[in-house]
Amino acid sequence: MALLSKKDANLILDPLADNNPITIQVLGICSALAITAELKASIVMSISVIFVMGIGNVVISLLRNVIPSKIRIIVQLIVVATLVIVVDQVLKAYAYDLSKTLSVFVGLIITNCIIMGRFEAFALGNGVWRSFLDGIGNALGYGVILIIVGFFRELLGSGTLFGIPVLGDPIAKTGLYSIGYENNGFMIIPPAALIVVGVIIWVQRSRNRALIEEA
Amino acid sequence: MGLKEKMHEIKLKYQGKKMAPAFNAIHTFLYTPNETTHSGGHVRAVDDLKRTMNTVILALVPCLLFGIFNAGYQHYSAIDGFPENFSIWEHFITWDNFVLGAITVLPLVIVSYGVGLLIEFIFAVIKGHEVEEGYLVTGMLVPLIVPVDTPLWMLAVAVAFGVVIGKEVFGGTGMNILNPALTIRAFLFFAYPTWMSGDKVWVHGAVERAGTADAISGETILGYLAQGNTQEMYAKYDLSEMFFGFIPGSVGETSAFLILLGGLFLIFSKIASWRIMVSAVVGSLAMGWIFNLIVDFGWIPEYSKFYGLMSFEFWKHLIVGGLAFGIVYMATDPVTGSQTNKGKWIYGFLIGFLSVMIRVFNPGYPEGVFLAILLMNVFAPTIDHYVVRGNVNKRLKRLKNATILPDTVDGAAAELKAETV
Repeated sequence: MALLSKKDANLILDPLADNNPITIQVLGICSALAITAELKASIVMSISVIFVMGIGNVVISLLRNVIPSKIRIIVQLIVVATLVIVVDQVLKAYAYDLSKTLSVFVGLIITNCIIMGRFEAFALGNGVWRSFLDGIGNALGYGVILIIVGFFRELLGSGTLFGIPVLGDPIAKTGLYSIGYENNGFMIIPPAALIVVGVIIWVQRSRNRALIEEA
Repeated sequence: MGLKEKMHEIKLKYQGKKMAPAFNAIHTFLYTPNETTHSGGHVRAVDDLKRTMNTVILALVPCLLFGIFNAGYQHYSAIDGFPENFSIWEHFITWDNFVLGAITVLPLVIVSYGVGLLIEFIFAVIKGHEVEEGYLVTGMLVPLIVPVDTPLWMLAVAVAFGVVIGKEVFGGTGMNILNPALTIRAFLFFAYPTWMSGDKVWVHGAVERAGTADAISGETILGYLAQGNTQEMYAKYDLSEMFFGFIPGSVGETSAFLILLGGLFLIFSKIASWRIMVSAVVGSLAMGWIFNLIVDFGWIPEYSKFYGLMSFEFWKHLIVGGLAFGIVYMATDPVTGSQTNKGKWIYGFLIGFLSVMIRVFNPGYPEGVFLAILLMNVFAPTIDHYVVRGNVNKRLKRLKNATILPDTVDGAAAELKAETV
C-alpha cells in the first residue's frame, strides 16, 4: 500500500512543479532574490520555511474552528511569528555566521506571502494531516527554486559550491581560471536572481504549454 | 543558371522544412526574393528593414575604421610617448596602427556577429519564424562600445545573454523592451567590472603589462576628471583631440566628429529621429549647465569628489565619453524608444539629462549613457501612454466645448462636426 493516497500525494507534488509558489503563483519572490547568492543560505532558508510552514499549517488547522474570522489574520501572524522567532534563535545559537548572512530575511519569513497564503487558502479549511502535507509541499516547492537559483548564482558568481571552490582557485589561477575564466559579478547581485527565476519560468512554461496564461 | 535562380529553386525544395528559416535568411540577405504579392494593391518601397539596418551600419563604418586606427595609435603612443607635432598622416593613419587595430578590433566584430547570428538562427529554426535583420546593427554596435581588450569569451557570453534575455524572450526583433546592444554592454559592466573600467582597459596591452617595467596606462578623460586631475588631463589632451577623437575610450565612441557626420547622415536619410538627438543634446547641456552653475555659486567645495566632473564646461560633456555615440546610434533605436513625436522630445531630453547626472554621481565608473538609455527604454511606453492620453483628453475637451450648429435636416451636420473636431 502506498504511503499516501493519490490525492494526498498531489498536495506535495503539485507545488513542486505545476503549481509552484514561486514560478507559477509568483509569491515569495523577495527572499528568493535576496538570499540566493549562496547555496548554503538557500538551503538553510528552505529548511526554515519548511519548518515554519509545516508546523504553522498544522497549528492553524487545529485552531481553524475556534478562530473568529474577524481576527484570523492576527492569529495567523502570531502563529507564524512565534515559529519564526524559534527558527531565528536556533540559527543564532547554532549557525551564527549563516544567521548573519540571512540577516533580516529570517524575520521576514513572517511576511512571506506563501505562508499567509497557504494558511488562508488551505489550513483554515482542511484537516490536520492534509494541511501538514500542503504546508510541506509548498515549502518544498519554494525550496526547490531557491536551491536551483542558489546553485547557479554561487557557481557562476563565486565559482564555489557550499563555499568550496569547484572551478579552481581564482587567486592562484588554477583550474578554469588559469585559462582566463573569471567569475561573473553580475550573478552576485539580486537582479541576477530575478533573471534566473525568469529563465526557470520560461523553461517550465515551454515544457508545459498549459501553464501559459491567456494574454 | 546563376546563383540567384539556383537559390530560388532550392528555396522551393526546402519550403516547410525545419531549416527553411535559416536558408531564407541567407537567401533574402543576398537577393531580393522572387515572391510577388498575390492580392490587393501594394506600395513597393525600397526602405525595408534590411535597407534600414544597412543604412545604420553604413553610418557606423567610419566609427569602426577610426576605432581601428585609434586602437593602434593609443597603443603605440602609450609606449613611445605622444608625438610632439601631431599630424594625422604621419602619426595616425599609418600601416602599423591599422595592423594592430585590425588584429584587436576585428575579432570583436567577428565574435559579436558570429555568436549573435548563430543564436538568431537557432531561435528562428526552433520557433519556425523568419530570421529578422535586427541583429545586423546590434552586431556592429557591440564591438564599438566595449574596451579594445575585452576578452573574446566574455564578449561571447555577453552577446548570448543580450540576444536571448534582451531580445528573444520577448519575441525577437521589434518586440524587445531594452536595446540589445546596451543590454550586452550593461551585462559586461556588471559581470566583469575589472575589464570595463579603470585606466588599464582602454589601451591595447595595458592589462598584460600591468605591474611590469613596461607598464602603460590610458585613463579616459572622464576618468581623469572623476579623480580630480583636471590639470593633468588638459596637459595631455586639447579640445580638438577630444572632438576628433584621438583619446582613449571604447573602440568606436571616441570621435565626436565622425559621430556627428553619422548622425547627420541618419537624419538626412530619415532613419533616425532628429527629435530624439536634438532633445538629448539639449538635455545633456541643461544638466551640465546646472552643474556648472552649482560650481560657479560656490555651493560645492573643491575637495569634493564630484568637483572635477561638475566643473567640466557643460558643452564638453558632448565630445568626451560615449554620450554622443549613445545619443546618435542607440537612443534613436526605433523599437525601444518613444514612438510619439512629443514623447520623443521627453524621452531624448531625459536621456541627455540623466546621462550627465549619472556620469557625475556614479562613484565607480564615470559614465552613464548606457544606464540612462536603458532606464529610458523602460519608461518609453509610459511616456507614450501619457502623450496619447493627453491628446485624447485634449480632443475630448474640444468636443465638449465645440459649438454644435443647429440641425440642418436630420442631425447629419452635428455628427459630422463632432467627428471632425
